Amino acid sequence: MNYRSSIFVLTCIGLGFAFLYIPILSMVVFSFNASRLVTVWDSANSPTLKWYASLLHNEEILDAAWVSVKVAVINATGSVILGTLAGFGLARFRQFRGRFTLNAMTTAPLVMPEVITGLSLLLLFVALEQLIGWPAGRGITTMTIGHMTFSMAYVTVIVNSRLVSFDTALEEAAMDLGARPLKVFFVITLPIIFPAILSGWLLAFTLSWDDLVISSFTSGPGSSTLPMVVFSKVRLGVSPEINVLATITLGVVTTMIVAVSLWMARRAKIDKASAG
Amino acid sequence: MTASSGGAVKAQPWNDLSARPYVEIERITKSFGDFKAVDDVSLKVYKGEIFCLLGASGCGKTTLLRMLGGFETPTSGRVLIDGEDMSGVPPYERPVNMMFQSYALFPHMSVEQNVAFGLKQDRLPKHEIQERVATMLDLVKMSDYAKRKPHQLSGGQRQRVALARSLVKRPKLLLLDEPLGALDKKLREHTQFELISLQDKLGVTFIVVTHDQEEAMTLASRIGVMNHGEIVQAGTPSEIYEFPSSRFVADFVGSVNMFEGKLIEDEPDYVRIRSPEIDAPIYVSHGISAPPGAVVWAALRPEKIFMSVAAPEGGADNVVRGTVQDIAYLGDLSIYLVKLPTGKVVRVTQPNTSRHAEAIGWDQQVYLSWDASSPVVVTR
Amino acid sequence: MALPYLWLLLFFVVPFIIVLKISFSDMDLAIPPYKPLLEWVGQNSLAIKVNFENYAFLFTDSLYLNAFANSIKVAFLSTLLCLIIGYPMAYGIARARPALRNILLLLVILPFWTSLLLRVYAWIGLLKANGVINNVLMSLGIIHEPLTMLYTPFAMYVGIVYSYLPFLILPLYANLEKMDWQLLEAAQDLGCRPWQAFFKITLPLSRNGILAGSMLVFIPAVGEFVIPALLGGPNALMIGRVLWDEFFSNRAWPVASAVAILLLILLVPFMMWYQSVQARETAGAR
Repeated sequence: MNYRSSIFVLTCIGLGFAFLYIPILSMVVFSFNASRLVTVWDSANSPTLKWYASLLHNEEILDAAWVSVKVAVINATGSVILGTLAGFGLARFRQFRGRFTLNAMTTAPLVMPEVITGLSLLLLFVALEQLIGWPAGRGITTMTIGHMTFSMAYVTVIVNSRLVSFDTALEEAAMDLGARPLKVFFVITLPIIFPAILSGWLLAFTLSWDDLVISSFTSGPGSSTLPMVVFSKVRLGVSPEINVLATITLGVVTTMIVAVSLWMARRAKIDKASAG
Repeated sequence: MTASSGGAVKAQPWNDLSARPYVEIERITKSFGDFKAVDDVSLKVYKGEIFCLLGASGCGKTTLLRMLGGFETPTSGRVLIDGEDMSGVPPYERPVNMMFQSYALFPHMSVEQNVAFGLKQDRLPKHEIQERVATMLDLVKMSDYAKRKPHQLSGGQRQRVALARSLVKRPKLLLLDEPLGALDKKLREHTQFELISLQDKLGVTFIVVTHDQEEAMTLASRIGVMNHGEIVQAGTPSEIYEFPSSRFVADFVGSVNMFEGKLIEDEPDYVRIRSPEIDAPIYVSHGISAPPGAVVWAALRPEKIFMSVAAPEGGADNVVRGTVQDIAYLGDLSIYLVKLPTGKVVRVTQPNTSRHAEAIGWDQQVYLSWDASSPVVVTR
Repeated sequence: MALPYLWLLLFFVVPFIIVLKISFSDMDLAIPPYKPLLEWVGQNSLAIKVNFENYAFLFTDSLYLNAFANSIKVAFLSTLLCLIIGYPMAYGIARARPALRNILLLLVILPFWTSLLLRVYAWIGLLKANGVINNVLMSLGIIHEPLTMLYTPFAMYVGIVYSYLPFLILPLYANLEKMDWQLLEAAQDLGCRPWQAFFKITLPLSRNGILAGSMLVFIPAVGEFVIPALLGGPNALMIGRVLWDEFFSNRAWPVASAVAILLLILLVPFMMWYQSVQARETAGAR
């Protein structure tokens, strides 16, 4: 196959990536800027790490980050369990009552505007509290439930598409060799689809970590997440600490994505070879 | 094509009424909705046999195999293995193992772990597992690759690991789904003979599913030809090839020239068939049982037809003239398409015994003749 | 398997019924700020008070209709812009050497994994009066006084296109990657020029990818809140923002619910379209 692309396509790719990365890189550069004006480079005192130090002493941001971590971890774990179950249901049982509804319910949250999901969840929690007294007030629990509802849709899609290409003969072979169904699941199926489950977990974590709208609707007093704090700060104008936060986020995400991608690329090669 | 009777069974238990069948399929049917994938099939397979289920894709052979393995539940009928009813027995409790078409090697386990998997499920002592895995890997000549992962092996090596994995549990019956389907032609031929010698050594009964008639001919002690969910004929490879019971079998196994016609003479020791597709009546030197006036078909294999430029000696029976329309040179033999005056095109194969250019060329007038014992007459 | 099913029923389907219910309720100065739909009237007769006033209100006040119209316009134009920028990128990535392909794909996905909020924030730094773009342009002498870019529709479009671009590229790439490029060679062999081959072969065959990607941009963009709130300025009327303000600032829960229901009615056909496109894509892949 010929891999040469036209000048036009190459230019488009170049400009496209510039568009994607210039804003991000500008945040990284200005996180080392000494000036409080953020975008005016103070060449006398820069580069500096002073905003990094100041971020690490910002109680409000650190508290919010801790809330975000808690919500994101519980959400990711819960979403993976629910999403894997739903993915199995859709991939393995071609015909069951309610398959269509389950399919629709798992696709809809992917595209549903967040304001709608957030509003409807809040109204549910209010109604439930009136009706049965649970959840008493809103906070981390209600937020996590909200996040799980849309994150599990993503996990379902990932797990389902992995299972569609899964050679069921592997499970049959294990059973043929004497393994009971439950054992087959844990010894054969789970290890093989593990990369998909890991991607699902990471994605669910990120979605939750990033979410502003649904959190705002479903959180209560004293349980502000990081995006909520960032949003209120940004509304008041730019702040050098946000640049630092963005740079740290970018660093962590890049490291993680590159590591996971490398690992997955190796796994994919194994999967591909053994399927052939 | 040569019809060898491969397989380990030199005696013929299926002809011995007192012999006890090892696998008994009793009137088994499997329906998917309105579609009958397997339709009222009964079959007896004897200990030590290599029984091949041969058929085109979608004929129900794989479904039948999967019912033996316990992966599909029959709609009706039952399977007995060594006298035991298998109804309701899940795959993990059957004394049967299967070699999957895709091999289904666990990608996250090494060769050794793959082979040991089944033994571990039986909770055998560690040293025994090690010993049996080592012996089995040795038998399939894969000892040097024990630590490798499946993706580091070639197709032929994977096939041998899959075989080792399914044999190491010493099953009473081994089911093989297109065991050589994923290998290229050269390797396939070589592996066929390896498979036979391994089966001979271990004495395990094999049931093989294949769509490749050559593979079935080489491996099988008996072949069951399947079509539309039914076994249309079961018999040794030479029976299937030389005495097909229907047009379908004659046509499916090998190639054949078919002449449709009616009996004009019907005697106990010979018949004569008149076919509008051929000028002279076909004389067959054995009697057949068909109602008078019924439509019959005379099937004539291409390699059983002699072709000559000069008129053959002997009587006028079973001799026709024709024109060579096309020649395909295949190396070991050549295929000639000869057009009869009636317009019918007959396929003739001739071995290329001489290295020199063929004497017979395009558009040449030739005589075709055959022995009176060669045509097979089928009535359906 | 029943667990995710019940979960989605309880936390995804039931809430919409409640939203629907509240959209028909009266406002009330209480907590929660709406009156129940079912009321005991007298001894034992139950009266259902259905109230269409909230909807009537939405249709009489031009603010809401304008916001709806504007949201659709913004979402549509943003989708178009994403397509113009994203198609050549997806195409180029799909035709790159496999090793390079994975790296480029990673580069598309990476911004998606970093916080949306932070990436929108980055544009504030670039676009504002003393921001990076103005500084660069002024120091080059191209302009003499700063351009007003932040808090304009322009900024909003930039923000939406920027944030949603990966959502368009990924499904489109997945579709183009499966393309048999020999078809293009065949077309050229039969006398097509390369650009003709593109319009006659590649473009029609990537239809499902285009539709899926466009839907993934268009539907959420209609209800987008964060980007118009941060980049769009006070006049950027987007329906997501109107809903937010009704809910949080005016505490008009019934009106906010009515807005949500109307928005949902507007978007459901697109969601169903998306689902059928997805079903076709996966069916084609198998």
